[in-house]
Amino acid sequence: MTDRSATFAKVAEQITPFNNKGVALDESTTFAGDLEWDSLTVMDFVAAIEDEFDIIITMNMQAEIETVGQLVDAVEKLAE
Amino acid sequence: MVDLLSKFDPLIEERETLLGKGVRDPFSLVMEEVKSPTVAICNGQETILLGTYNYMGMTFDPDVIDAGKDALENFGSGTTGSRVLNGTYRGHRDCEDALKEFYNMDHAMVYSTGYQANLGTISALAGKGDYIILDIDSHASIYDGCSMGNAEIVAFRHNDVEALEKRLKRLPEEAGKLVVLEGVYSMLGDVAPLKEMVAVCKKYGAMTLVDEAHSMGFVGENGRGVCEEAGVIDDVDFIIGTFSKSVGTVGGFCVSNHPKFEILRLVSRPYIFTASLPPSVVATATTSIRKLMHAGNKRAHLWENSKTLHKGLQDLGYTLGTDTPQSAIIAVVLEDLTKGAMLWQALLENGLYVNLARPPATPKGMTLLRCSLCAEHTAEQVQQILGMFEAAGKQVGVI
Repeated sequence: MTDRSATFAKVAEQITPFNNKGVALDESTTFAGDLEWDSLTVMDFVAAIEDEFDIIITMNMQAEIETVGQLVDAVEKLAE
Repeated sequence: MVDLLSKFDPLIEERETLLGKGVRDPFSLVMEEVKSPTVAICNGQETILLGTYNYMGMTFDPDVIDAGKDALENFGSGTTGSRVLNGTYRGHRDCEDALKEFYNMDHAMVYSTGYQANLGTISALAGKGDYIILDIDSHASIYDGCSMGNAEIVAFRHNDVEALEKRLKRLPEEAGKLVVLEGVYSMLGDVAPLKEMVAVCKKYGAMTLVDEAHSMGFVGENGRGVCEEAGVIDDVDFIIGTFSKSVGTVGGFCVSNHPKFEILRLVSRPYIFTASLPPSVVATATTSIRKLMHAGNKRAHLWENSKTLHKGLQDLGYTLGTDTPQSAIIAVVLEDLTKGAMLWQALLENGLYVNLARPPATPKGMTLLRCSLCAEHTAEQVQQILGMFEAAGKQVGVI
């Protein structure tokens, strides 16, 4: 498993408890559109990701992240 | 041509659906006459006001009214200018002096509204590259101040000290950090654990700003707010407040002991690029603030009202935003907007006005009927209010 796919797997693991509709995840899955998350779910999920990777994802960054793939990229960059 | 208003179609549709159910528009009420801080005429009917944030009932205080009339006659109807040009009259300085005395602080700056006080202070303090750490349930004026300053924004779970600490710990040590908190959160009327939070901010070298809009006048021994009550007023860097609640007029302010505070007058855009408050407004504010310094009895009565209403509503079977009365705001939680609007209307028809609040202003997508008590509500009025909640609640079928 490459580093990136390991990060993807960890992110996917954090998505599971919030994935009420059981949406299949890939790089292009969107949080608002496919997963249908509201702002409160996003807040809880971001906190979970921040704790898992010991990073901060500012609201400014969150505004730029729409897909799972973009989140994996951001996490990889922040965790460096 | 793209119609730029089409983006609001979902909201237009939601309103039409709601109004189609025969509910009066809860966001277009007109008060035809105002008799006192607690009574107005709405739709031709005498109505008890329980949603005005007029906590200390200063709006009809005879000394306050006289001060306003006097200033109106002697200084005219408006300043027609910015605070930094022709818009600072003696009255504006008097008002800032009254605030300095009220809070026992070295500096005070008066803005034209509370919204602008947050906007102007936060945007001037935290710029590009700085971090603002805020409670997720912060008021819109705080969020807007953050956007305006281009700072990096980090939100933490409402009133969660551990979540705040975790985030502060992860931020770069050398970065500028401003933690923005509120004393009382206006939607549910709950109080922040400021003692613990301010201690955490100190530990990680963050400056703190506390918005005391909904606590000034009646929380703390001298009415200085939750900071005073929690014993941390000397540890916070900036306090923001408003004249449009306990003070009973309009305007906003920031007070601080920071030695470089006065420079904010030259860098805070919402302070500079707008007209200052009319002389009559600052005169009423000054008189009101000075009277609030010695309002211990009114504070005690307001707390009695809050406790009575909280217990009474709980006994009627309503779900409330807080388990205990923590402030002068008591929020009744409703299942959805339709139920909320129906109860709102039934209460109004029974002669009671409360605030209907809905997402996105509310946390967790809740629909709330917010009751804000006044020190001028008599014990009898509070009993009348409970009677109206009983009748309207049964009528609508929510209790």
